[in-house]
Amino acid sequence: MSLIAQLPPLSQDVVAEGGEGVQSGATWRMILDVFLENRLATLGLGVIVFMLLFCFVGPLIYHTQQVYNNPNIATQSPSLAHPLGTDQVGYDVLGRLMLGGQSSLEIGFAAAFIAVGIGVMWGSIAGLAGGWVDSVMMRVVDTLLAFPLLFALILLGAIFSTSIPELIIVIGLIAWLVPARLVRGETLTLRLREYVQAVKTMGGGTRRVLFRHIIPNTVGTIVVNATFQVADAIIFVATLSYLGIGVPPPATNWGAELSSGLNYLFDGYWWLIYPPGLAIVITVVAFNFVGDALRDALEVRLQRR
Amino acid sequence: MIRFILRRFGQSIVVVIGVTIATFILLHLLPGSPIRAILGPRATPLAVHQLTVELGLNKPIPVQYAVWVNNLLHLNLGYSYKLDQPVTALLAERIPKTLFLVGVSLILAIIIAIPLGVLMAVRRTKPDDYVLTGLSFIFYSMPTFWLGLLLIGLFSAILNWFPPEAPQDQFSVFSQLNGMVLPVATLTLVTVALFSRYTRSSVLEQSIQDYVRTARSKGLSNGAVLFHHVLRNALIPVITLIGLSLGGILSGAVVVESVFNYPGMGLLFFQSAVDDDFPVLLGVTVVVALATVAGNLIADLLYAVIDPRIRYV
Repeated sequence: MSLIAQLPPLSQDVVAEGGEGVQSGATWRMILDVFLENRLATLGLGVIVFMLLFCFVGPLIYHTQQVYNNPNIATQSPSLAHPLGTDQVGYDVLGRLMLGGQSSLEIGFAAAFIAVGIGVMWGSIAGLAGGWVDSVMMRVVDTLLAFPLLFALILLGAIFSTSIPELIIVIGLIAWLVPARLVRGETLTLRLREYVQAVKTMGGGTRRVLFRHIIPNTVGTIVVNATFQVADAIIFVATLSYLGIGVPPPATNWGAELSSGLNYLFDGYWWLIYPPGLAIVITVVAFNFVGDALRDALEVRLQRR
Repeated sequence: MIRFILRRFGQSIVVVIGVTIATFILLHLLPGSPIRAILGPRATPLAVHQLTVELGLNKPIPVQYAVWVNNLLHLNLGYSYKLDQPVTALLAERIPKTLFLVGVSLILAIIIAIPLGVLMAVRRTKPDDYVLTGLSFIFYSMPTFWLGLLLIGLFSAILNWFPPEAPQDQFSVFSQLNGMVLPVATLTLVTVALFSRYTRSSVLEQSIQDYVRTARSKGLSNGAVLFHHVLRNALIPVITLIGLSLGGILSGAVVVESVFNYPGMGLLFFQSAVDDDFPVLLGVTVVVALATVAGNLIADLLYAVIDPRIRYV
């Protein structure tokens, strides 16, 4: 449900001013200040950092057996030995949460990276080229956008076998459409700026214009969109795991843990359900806070100009 | 204006054609052969060959596509061997159910979210806004299936107010309306979270405009400014959002239908994907893509009609 990310920012002139490449240090400082003023965003950033540490550094400190299961101690409620209890095959839930978080976050970041990467290239080239090339490229985007995401994911999930790299590629291949549209919109406005014409007058080629002027000036929008992409990817993976198109054990992710835990909804084993569920919600909410705040910070910068 | 409408319409048709081509190609990449599925694993090669020719699956793909499109235009979407029914009949049975679920949820979501969004915008720095914004963030960030199952856990298991499963056959939807409460509630909650956030930021965006300041300085009360000026302008992007969100709501419907075992189009799609039932998959994809494109088209056209500043976008 990345619709918030899909629609361009509401104010009309959301386009970066700027000549050569990257904005000045003072501008970034201003963005950072506005961002940090927003306490929710700072909280969100803190949560993300905590989650990253929890999932990747945690297992180094808190050792549990995650490969060989032990049905003898299955579904035990939380105790000193297992702070969050054990799951239905005997894995320690806290350790499982860390492992699952690694997968969820990896998939989230990697899929967002691919999506934004492809989207930026596609969108900026379409915007810069103009004419029929632009039309064709955007028709392709619109056509693929007509498939609601989940339907396309289910189809692709049924085609390709499920493993983490393939899951990343599948989500990335679908999620690039939205950044492509956004970047194309920005490119269309940016290419009319005087400094682009100046570069061309001085003999700069299209590649120079693209890489050193247009793309760096769309970084703001890209970063905002990337944040939302990570959030959405985490939820997509969770939903796919619920529908059965996830990764096979012993690999796991929060979504898979949540959906297998939900089988025990009526048995009262709350420690199988709430930890992964809360982990997902907290992480996704954190990313949404950060993305929202970044977007607001960017608009403030532009309004103050 | 008419030219704009025609052009947009033409673009939509191109997109629909593209969608059918893309789906057709995609489905031929699916592993598993329908022939094997129909005849079973012990079929003789002769039987396999005969069935292949009979179903026309040995012709080149463009020919198969042309045949399929021709059938489509005669409203013949093929035959599902798994479920032993013509696809059109299957869809005719299932679409109204999903339509009911999505329709009711969408209407409820609009009725709830827009006033809620306005409320959140108006009471911006007060605690109400923080609570409501926080809640909408949380609902927006929850996987839909978790929300659905939590609602089942709370309202079915503990409180026993509503049944956990949705009504199954078409005649009991209205007699067992309480079975529809939880599915509709799930879908509505998630949609409300999205719509209310967007309405809130749209209203806020309008309230800082100059014309609002002018209106207030002319002596209009806050309420009058809100209803006569801000709301009309703020609702324009919201309408676009509603049109664009149709695809997302249909995706949500797939999940809700799985959770509550509601025999609608989404569940059909999912089961067919698992069963490799090509004709059904194609049929549902076409319908869903049509709906999404229609939603986008209506959103764009409405936007152009309502806002006189937008022309020939």
